[in-house]
Amino acid sequence: MVNTKVNLSGWELDNPIIPASGTFGYGYEYAELYDINILGSFSFKGTTLEPRFGNPTPRIAETPNGMINSVGLQNPGVDAVIAEELPKLRKCFNKKVIANIGGFAVDEFVKIVEKLDKEDIVGLHEVNISCPNLHKGGKNFGTDADAAYEVTKAVKKVASKPVYIKLTPNVTDIASIAKAVEEAGADGISLINTLLGMRINKRTRKPIIANKMGGFSGSAIFPVALRCVYQVYEAVKIPIIGMGGVSSAEDVIEMMMAGATAVEVGAYNLVNPYGSKEIVLDLPRVMEKYRIENLCDIIGGAH
Amino acid sequence: MKQSLFTVDYNVKLTFDVYKMRLVGDTSDITKPGQFINIKLDGFYLRRPISVFDCDESAVTIIYKVVGEGTEYMASLGKGKTLDVLTGLGNGFDVEKCGQKVLLIGGGVGVPPMFYLAKKLLSAGKTVSMIMGFNKESEVFAKEDFEALGIKTLVTTVDGSVGIKGFVTNAMDEVEYDCICTCGPEPMLKAVYDASKTTGFFSFEERMGCGFGACMGCSCKTKYGNKRICKDGPILVKEEIIW
Ligand SMILES: Cc1cc2nc3c(=O)[nH]c(=O)nc-3n(C[C@H](O)[C@H](O)[C@H](O)COP(=O)(O)OP(=O)(O)OC[C@H]3O[C@@H](n4cnc5c(N)ncnc54)[C@H](O)[C@@H]3O)c2cc1C
Ligand SMILES: Cc1cc2nc3c(=O)[nH]c(=O)nc-3n(C[C@H](O)[C@H](O)[C@H](O)COP(=O)(O)O)c2cc1C
Ligand code: FES
Repeated sequence: MVNTKVNLSGWELDNPIIPASGTFGYGYEYAELYDINILGSFSFKGTTLEPRFGNPTPRIAETPNGMINSVGLQNPGVDAVIAEELPKLRKCFNKKVIANIGGFAVDEFVKIVEKLDKEDIVGLHEVNISCPNLHKGGKNFGTDADAAYEVTKAVKKVASKPVYIKLTPNVTDIASIAKAVEEAGADGISLINTLLGMRINKRTRKPIIANKMGGFSGSAIFPVALRCVYQVYEAVKIPIIGMGGVSSAEDVIEMMMAGATAVEVGAYNLVNPYGSKEIVLDLPRVMEKYRIENLCDIIGGAH
Repeated sequence: MKQSLFTVDYNVKLTFDVYKMRLVGDTSDITKPGQFINIKLDGFYLRRPISVFDCDESAVTIIYKVVGEGTEYMASLGKGKTLDVLTGLGNGFDVEKCGQKVLLIGGGVGVPPMFYLAKKLLSAGKTVSMIMGFNKESEVFAKEDFEALGIKTLVTTVDGSVGIKGFVTNAMDEVEYDCICTCGPEPMLKAVYDASKTTGFFSFEERMGCGFGACMGCSCKTKYGNKRICKDGPILVKEEIIW
């Protein structure tokens, strides 16, 4: 019998498999397909203070081994999430969930965390700082170490639950951003968010995505994500949730060896709706293949 | 929704770039006309959404047009090839709400979902007529299938090479109806919307990430709130549509 348990800041997960924010809604779509309690946890759709429709369509483009999305954080807003989505989720999920939070100003992040912190079903906050900071001319929080520090500090003040900061890979030096949020008191780091990408329709000579560019994810980005996790592991001591292109139990093992304590699975759920479940079920076999008894023993094993 | 393997029974060319494929497998989740299936193709990351043209207990038939790399690959598939398919996607047409004299209008590859719908409407005892619009005679497909159902079938072509010259809307006055069901390119849907005097159900298309409601890739605004074309659609009722 292999042991797949991992620990995120005191929260013990049965296994490290966590569907990633934006690819798993608020859970119940998938609960119609399988018992989602088999998962370690999952990260719910990026939730903002106000309801958002998001970006115009087309929002989706295909790439070799991946996809581009420009959903633009469509969600019903934090109050509706608490009033409507979480009660539905509780009916099909008896574990704790990761609250993924998006915002466009520091005080927005703070208000959302304050509200979600009170929900018993929330295990930890995953703060997505890959959003434009409206008070700083739209410059992305996640590309600016000072802004990343500031958000982390502010959110930590109001949170009783662990705060994980989710980093964007669209920076020159991801380790320096990771260090800034660790210094600000973050309990952990999630990475990576999507890479900025685009596709052009050669017949119309126009970008396929209405917003021209969007977030590139899926299998194709796995080596980039792995590299980022590896670099951040060298730079900080807090736990890492690694993601980007993970599509198999083999990928999970590799991501953990690079330094991840838990692993999120994103786009793969969209093309294989049973993908996360299949990874959970396959994990013991792959652990045996590499002679791993305790999964947590391999975290950062490649360093 | 169900994920299962289907086997290609046949894959035949109907016109220059339109093909018909019969897929044998578990169709138990295809419960309504107007639903679609989402097909995984080797070498392509995203699945391809295609409407159900016809369906029975053992197989689903689709009609698709080659417009890009994925559909080009589909056209190359032969008998015996297995495909990973998600079935039973989308809200589908609600046959009971469709009125008694239903006018079906399909444009181009918007024609296919009308066939399974026509069959379901007929078995519910309704009167059905069909208008199918194409650019020219050489593009016309599936006319015989509709005629074989014994329903009034009108063809329109933009160049007038066969049938009524012009757009599907040019044929609408020749039919008596109390409800419209339609699928086709958006400009056609809009023209039908403007020309129709009754209520109706309109089937829309959008680029999809998942096809089952999880990613918010296919959202649109309606008078009844935000909807996902893949899950709350692809069929919208006339009264809720915002153009
Ligand atoms: C609900 C629904 C039902 C459909 N039913 C049919 C049908 O019965 N017959 C038929 O011929 N076509 C149908 N389509 C359109 C069909 O999905 C596209 O023509 C097909 O996906 C194109 O794939 P490709 O690889 O050849 O094109 P590419 O342009 O190479 O595809 C690239 C990406 O864009 C997507 N894409 C391209 N065009 C469309 C489009 N028009 N709609 C949605 N996604 C698109 C593809 O799925 C793929 O992810 C339907 C679309 C939807 C949304
Ligand atoms: C359709 C879609 C929507 C997403 N929405 C969010 C979101 O709301 N918040 C967030 O932090 N990340 C979001 N992401 C990013 C993923 O959570 C993940 O970080 C990224 O896609 C990389 O993982 P993957 O390659 O496994 O998809 C989204 C990704 C996709 C594909
Ligand atoms: S395509 Fe994912 S929600 Fe519709």
